[in-house]
Amino acid sequence: MTNGPIEARDLTKVFGRTTAVDRVSFSVRQKEIFGFLGPNGAGKTTTTRMLTGVIPPDGGTALILGYDMRTDPVRAKQRFGVVPETANAYTDLSAWQNLMLMGELYGLSRTRSKARATELLEALGLLDRKDQKVQAYSKGMKQRLILAMALLHEPELLFLDEPTSGLDVQSTHLILSLLRDLNRAGTTIFLTTHNMEEANRLCDRVGIIRNGRLIALDAPERLKAAIERVHRVEVSFDREVSGGDIAAMEVVLSSAREGDKWRLTVEDTDIAIREIVSFARQHGAGIVTLNTLAPSLDEAFLRLTGEVEP
Amino acid sequence: MNPAGLLEQARRAWAIAKKDIRIYYLKGPVLIFGVFMPVFLFLAFFLGSRQLPLSFLVSGLVGMTLFFTATAVSPAIFPWEGSAKTLERLASCPVRIETIVLGDMVASVLFGIAITAVTIAIGLAGGLPLLHGPTLGAAVLLAACCFSAIGMLLAVPPTNVPSNIMMLSSLIKFPLVFISGIFVPLEQLPGWGLALAICSPLTYCTDLVRYAFTDVSYFPVVTDLAALGLFALACTTLTMVLHRRTMPRRM
Repeated sequence: MTNGPIEARDLTKVFGRTTAVDRVSFSVRQKEIFGFLGPNGAGKTTTTRMLTGVIPPDGGTALILGYDMRTDPVRAKQRFGVVPETANAYTDLSAWQNLMLMGELYGLSRTRSKARATELLEALGLLDRKDQKVQAYSKGMKQRLILAMALLHEPELLFLDEPTSGLDVQSTHLILSLLRDLNRAGTTIFLTTHNMEEANRLCDRVGIIRNGRLIALDAPERLKAAIERVHRVEVSFDREVSGGDIAAMEVVLSSAREGDKWRLTVEDTDIAIREIVSFARQHGAGIVTLNTLAPSLDEAFLRLTGEVEP
Repeated sequence: MNPAGLLEQARRAWAIAKKDIRIYYLKGPVLIFGVFMPVFLFLAFFLGSRQLPLSFLVSGLVGMTLFFTATAVSPAIFPWEGSAKTLERLASCPVRIETIVLGDMVASVLFGIAITAVTIAIGLAGGLPLLHGPTLGAAVLLAACCFSAIGMLLAVPPTNVPSNIMMLSSLIKFPLVFISGIFVPLEQLPGWGLALAICSPLTYCTDLVRYAFTDVSYFPVVTDLAALGLFALACTTLTMVLHRRTMPRRM
């Protein structure tokens, strides 16, 4: 098996009689944004805590950047950053003091810590208030500070647990934009979120956990497509075509006229598009619009987590 | 740089100690338990025990101050940080659990020594002669290490409610004060009292401080120093082992 930055193998955590995480295995690839989704209590945070070495697993292994989190957690932690679910900066310290503390805990020189802290506070819009105690910060400001604390040592892997949950639009936008920039610069990102739209826009792949078990893992688009046995395609032409001709296409299971468009039910989207293009050419018609109507990631999530019947 | 190396972890423990000093030592409960409590206890016994010499009582006050100050902060830090989730922040940093415990202990040692130094200075200003300075220094240092380890031991139960730990802490600390020859000289204790006193590290600390001020000690000085050293080592080892076990249950 090729080692990615995160290799979870049969990770298990039991609290009393409850198996919070049940033999979860997955791998995160270099430089990807991996979304970890699931309903409340599904085991997302517990899995993240095991991966980041905050709690030990009861079974299985977590290899982070090649280090076993049971036997060599310090070396792994030196190379990754964590943004936990709850903003946990020291509220009796200022943002600057929190960052300097992080610098010392990651073994950075004072000069390097100061330079990085200034750079990050500037990027996250907190430089003006760097000497203010964190207890006076808003939730969004605290979350931005936590992100700065996680990034101070320039980690190659970043864990984020619900980083934008309950934040204002400005903070959310700032954080997501920074995450995209970091990923473009080569940082691997592991993100747990409830926000399907966020996962859809950000993540290269997503894993869905339910009742402690990983039930799906794929690219968002493929995941969305996979939950439907049939797919829908919407097409309009620059001239009139007969309904009979449309229905005669081999790939089309059913068709319906909606205004100037045809809504087709097909078995395979890829074959359907090829056939429609070929159909248009044969009938001397130009294609004006051609849309695939995939289910949203929300729908996929609800379907996979059993919250909505197929 | 080897982040897991001893030197690097020691540096990070120092960072944790500095953070503790900055955040926790000026909190109301800490000041009350660490400073005012021994002073008021001393005053109560001073007024009620006029037959005991001042040098005896001041020596007891020094031992008691060190004991209360070094154990005032350390039991409460983990519950405070556990409830504020900052402990999770530390746990996700490249530091061992032992490093976090050591950092808290170092802060406790420094606080204990600093406040005790003030008590000693007041005693000296009051005319008490310091006869054995190095012995006093060694006693204060060893006892501060031992007491801060005891303080961390009190924090082992994985609760994040500080008042629970402070109650447990008081239950253990106050009886220790009364069996350690602070208010009643060891010579005057009954057999069972002496047997209890031998089990308390505070006994050896107080005996050494008394020797430093009066040139008289119940146990030989070497015995006192060895006993304090052994208590410090045993309590530190035990606290490290137990915190390693209970820390994940705080998260």
